[in-house]
Amino acid sequence: MGKSEQLTGSAAAPEASSYTPTEYLEVRDLRIHFPTDDGLVKAVDGVSFALSEGRTLGIVGESGSGKSVSSLGIMGLYNRKNSKISGEIWLDGQEIVGASAEQVRRMRGRKMAMIFQDPLSSLNPFYTVGNQIIEAYRLHNDVTKQVAHKHAIEMLDRVGIPQPDRRVDDYPHHFSGGMRQRAMIAMALSCDPQLLIADEPTTALDVTVQAQILDLIRDLQEEFNSAVIMITHDLGVVAEVADDVLVMYGGKPVEFGDVETLFHRPEHPYTWGLMGSMPRLDRPPTERLLPIKGTPPSLINLPTGCAFHPRCAYRELNNGKSEAEVPQLVESVPGHKVACHLPHERRQQIWAEEIQPKVTEEPLASTDFEEGAP
Amino acid sequence: MIAYIVRRLIGAVVMLFVITVSVFVIFFLVPKAAGVTTDDLAARFAGKSPTPDALAEIKERFGLNDPVVVQYGKFVKALVLGDKYDTGTQIINCHAPCLGYSFRTAQPVLQQILDRAPVTFSIALGAAVLWVVGGVSVGVLSALRRGKIIDRFSMGVALAGVSLPIFFTGLVMLAYVVHKWNLLPEPDYTPLTQNPAKWAEGLLLPWIGLAFLYAALYARLTRAGMLETMNEDYIRTARAKGLPERRVITKHALRATLTPVLTIFGLDIGLLLGGAILTERTFSMKGLGQLALDGVFQSDLPVVVGVTLTAAVFIIVANLFVDILYGVVDPRVRL
Repeated sequence: MGKSEQLTGSAAAPEASSYTPTEYLEVRDLRIHFPTDDGLVKAVDGVSFALSEGRTLGIVGESGSGKSVSSLGIMGLYNRKNSKISGEIWLDGQEIVGASAEQVRRMRGRKMAMIFQDPLSSLNPFYTVGNQIIEAYRLHNDVTKQVAHKHAIEMLDRVGIPQPDRRVDDYPHHFSGGMRQRAMIAMALSCDPQLLIADEPTTALDVTVQAQILDLIRDLQEEFNSAVIMITHDLGVVAEVADDVLVMYGGKPVEFGDVETLFHRPEHPYTWGLMGSMPRLDRPPTERLLPIKGTPPSLINLPTGCAFHPRCAYRELNNGKSEAEVPQLVESVPGHKVACHLPHERRQQIWAEEIQPKVTEEPLASTDFEEGAP
Repeated sequence: MIAYIVRRLIGAVVMLFVITVSVFVIFFLVPKAAGVTTDDLAARFAGKSPTPDALAEIKERFGLNDPVVVQYGKFVKALVLGDKYDTGTQIINCHAPCLGYSFRTAQPVLQQILDRAPVTFSIALGAAVLWVVGGVSVGVLSALRRGKIIDRFSMGVALAGVSLPIFFTGLVMLAYVVHKWNLLPEPDYTPLTQNPAKWAEGLLLPWIGLAFLYAALYARLTRAGMLETMNEDYIRTARAKGLPERRVITKHALRATLTPVLTIFGLDIGLLLGGAILTERTFSMKGLGQLALDGVFQSDLPVVVGVTLTAAVFIIVANLFVDILYGVVDPRVRL
């Protein structure tokens, strides 16, 4: 981080070959840049994290924070022609960034699968739901159509579609929004991938259906022991499903920690802002939300120093360091990393004295709020 | 699906009715309003310097003195049930659909249309195969190589194809291919059943000329649709499954791209079957378009009306066919 000008065009860094990953998924210093006519868009600029099977990582951030592009990078779904990618992505012991498009394609669907935001536009309207599940299954498994058809029915049954043997031959427009997302999940899981990336899977859904879909993803994760990346801008979703949380801002990670730490002792001013913007049922409705002032930064011209400084209420406390120097993501306590110039003690003090009383005492105590949310 | 087809069929019948009314109004009432008397009309049939008696007889025979509504009724009745003409010496039976007799040749219009139709059909269908295959493949290729040399080149050619009229490209082809290089004989129609090789040989130039014109449009249409479809979320889903790019394009992208193309194709082919006037004229092919053109030049009203109605029927049938096909191609239409 902060050394983006040293971005190397070559995909695999020299030390890549010598590195041995320990986790199922390891992302190391991932950078995805798009050269455009207006300048270089640094959509993802130095993201690192690791994820083991059976764990869920929540990636949180505003639009344009780089959370979706990171996941598309892992899936190899970025346009190779108009983007520059560097860093390493290790999935099940295999490096992806330096691998050929064909190698990554063979892993897609089988080792890693993705669920998208809008299940209606993500399903092809011209083919039956069954056809689209069968297609994914037969691509990676050498089975007959009949076997694949049976498997599709089983998958639809598994994700809770009623009368799956009949609905398998329906078209996506015959399904309701929630059922479509269930069908998407069935399709993604049909080849039993160990990594599931869910890109805002509940955003386009009715609130009552959101909780059901999250429950389903959690149940399936336990059953298949898969690693899940949950991309969202909804802290409620994170509180519900994530084990670890990565907060991103302007293409860079600004805070990382387990969900407990992040909700109880967040240390980055941006994370505080996200918490303050969250409507809560356990607060009097007359109380105002605390929005983050300003707008998300342009990824072409990021603010100097800390990208968040124009919107940060505490930047004066750093004597100009915020504007001059890019803060590094460093461990403040073991397992909790923050990229902020404020001293660790000062951050804890601000959180305890100024922020926490305004947001909530026990954010995690009311995880049921999404289920009951209007 | 059945209900959908029945709805479309009823729509087609209503449309046909509306067309007979419009054709009748345009060809029989508008001249009248413009000052053409029934005597003038009768004179066209009677030939040079007719006697007043002859005119009166013709007016009587064609019912030109009847009120407009009665005339329209007879016009439709002849179409549906056929008609009988009493020439004084014999009774001529005109079978349904009776389109009347040419003022010039006194031949039944229907027979003339039936004689000419195979020529136009051969031109239109042969060219259609060429332009659909050519236009769509060029369009897909252009979209996939967007901004590259092949895209710019084919879109440039497409622009030329849309802009250049057939009487230009046709004459250039005739001048070089036929007359200068002697690669092909003069275009001519040989029935397919008689000699397929000669049929194709004689029609090759009209096919290429017509296909060039339309392929250009289809290439641009396909390219635009393809570019739009490739940005759809479900294309990303298809890739996320790990499908090879070839399958993503042929199975997922092409289907959505071709649905609007199909609609345009229905209109185009319907229109062409009613007479490819410029193409027929350029290559001196005696098709429906040429028949209509001769009819217009010779003020041969029944022929013009006959070809117009035939063309309208082709367009309606082609559209009906496309509508039904649409229901097969796009599952969302079957509701």
